[in-house]
Amino acid sequence: MRVSGCPIWADVVIEVEQLSKTYQVADKSPGFVGTLNHFFRRKTHDVQAVRHVSFSIQPGEMVGFLGANGAGKTTTLKMLCGLIHPSAGRVHVTGYVPQRRQAAFLKQITLVMGQKQQLIWDLPPLDSLSVNAAVYGIGEKEARYRIHELAEMLEITEELTRPVRKLSLGQRMKAELLAALLHRPSVLFLDEPTLGLDVNAQARVRSFLAEYNRQTGATVLLTSHYMADITALCSRVLLIHQGELIHDGGLDALATSLSPFRQVRLELNRSASPEDFVGYGELEALDDRAVRLLVSRSELTEVVARLLANFDVLDLEVNDPPIDELIGSLFRKGRVV
Amino acid sequence: MKIAGLSWPVVRALLASQHANMVQYRAEIALWALSGVLPFIMLSLWSESDAGASLGFKGVGLARYYLSVFMVRQFSVVWVVFAFEEDALLGRLSPFLLQPLHPLWRYVAAHVAERVTRFPFSIGIAAIFFLLYPTSFWLPSLGQFLLACLAILLAFSINFLLQSLIAALCFWSEKASALERLLLIPYLYCSGWLVPIAAFPDAARTVCFWTPFPYLIDFPARVLAGLSVDFVAGFVAQLFWVALLLPLVLMAWRAGVRRYTAMGA
Repeated sequence: MRVSGCPIWADVVIEVEQLSKTYQVADKSPGFVGTLNHFFRRKTHDVQAVRHVSFSIQPGEMVGFLGANGAGKTTTLKMLCGLIHPSAGRVHVTGYVPQRRQAAFLKQITLVMGQKQQLIWDLPPLDSLSVNAAVYGIGEKEARYRIHELAEMLEITEELTRPVRKLSLGQRMKAELLAALLHRPSVLFLDEPTLGLDVNAQARVRSFLAEYNRQTGATVLLTSHYMADITALCSRVLLIHQGELIHDGGLDALATSLSPFRQVRLELNRSASPEDFVGYGELEALDDRAVRLLVSRSELTEVVARLLANFDVLDLEVNDPPIDELIGSLFRKGRVV
Repeated sequence: MKIAGLSWPVVRALLASQHANMVQYRAEIALWALSGVLPFIMLSLWSESDAGASLGFKGVGLARYYLSVFMVRQFSVVWVVFAFEEDALLGRLSPFLLQPLHPLWRYVAAHVAERVTRFPFSIGIAAIFFLLYPTSFWLPSLGQFLLACLAILLAFSINFLLQSLIAALCFWSEKASALERLLLIPYLYCSGWLVPIAAFPDAARTVCFWTPFPYLIDFPARVLAGLSVDFVAGFVAQLFWVALLLPLVLMAWRAGVRRYTAMGA
């Protein structure tokens, strides 16, 4: 499988310099008086969604784009694919200025947004795929070959003839991916592609993306709330907070910095008090017999062994805290500047 | 050759998928066709007052006029502003903007496919009309039929461009469809849908003909019904409105897309 577009000798496929986006947002007080005031004297304020962001991405890289809700990830992605115009700064993707949306540029990129769909709801995915094939100038024989190839990779061949509305969320997401990749884009912008999927479906989408990248050498910029997506696919991450890029580098350094702790959830056979957990890490929550602790990664095995030895444990679960929580806690503690 | 991304394979694929989609909504489309019987109600009112002759309609002319109004309306009705507004607010517009095909072509295809699906229902209603008013039956000559088809196509184009212009305002106002409703009143009265424009006083008639509305219903209906009409003036006016609205739509679209924030996406 080969992708269209970016020549292999190009050094940089995405180049962003001092990119900013400011939205004008209306201010309105609640109630009747607020409505009247808003009608006669409309007040607005500027929200800087993205501030002076600069980075570059090389062909074939898979880069994770992290940040809390409202941090500016999706706005940045929308500017990179040309959906919205930047307020300031410079963007080049495969040598094109995205917001001009030239046909040659659009044929090289794709944007997949979890929970948003381009497939026609009441028809089988094959109908939407035939439209996409025609729009991208793919001949019927070639389109059939590509659909078969991608459907095999995504394990979705049988579902292509069922109406989209009858598909499960996971099947729909895979069909969306197929539609988004039919023209073999060389740059993939993926915004929460596994949002709402169960663990198995997430894993299948991840392995598909890794395989697509391996086979085609496509460049991938991925946002996700699931740390597992990022760890499975991306060796490099960009971390954005309040519109500013605050980390651009390896995942290992960021993971350790973000999550030096793991979350241990316990369900005990009897009630416990906070004093019982002194020396077992940071007590996050205690609700009768349900306990949540933050335990240092380096001490995890030893602490879990002590917990099992000293308490009557009915259930135990060890998790990475959600990425949003980690990032939030990180900024509250002021550990990244 | 491609026009804003449109090529023959795209036309085929869009029409095939949109027709399949519209067939899913055939019951709804049948009801839409049925809901367009307003001209028949107006016909019964005018027939009671026996005003046809005073409006210059001889014999069954008035019945043929209103049946033609019904048929023209069936094939020129446009709902792009509502579909576009929903797509823009729900974020469905975003993937369309990222494909090398102007999004408006999708709406054109949806309308054409809907017309094909609606056709048998409209013909069925016309057949019932002839059963009820057998004396009004007529078959237009081939030339008359082709001219009427052209007039209806241009009426649809004007209507589509007019609504697309309003739809483009969605980039500025989230409820552009409210503006479309403002157009409903002049459309009702100045198009000949409710009342033949011939019934208006001279001054009002003159004003009407300065607007695009008579060319959406009255002119194509007269051509189809075989009533007296100035073909050249009518077609020139239709082409004038298409030529005026098309660049306005494209300019409004270009300016609007710059403001698009894809908030629903």
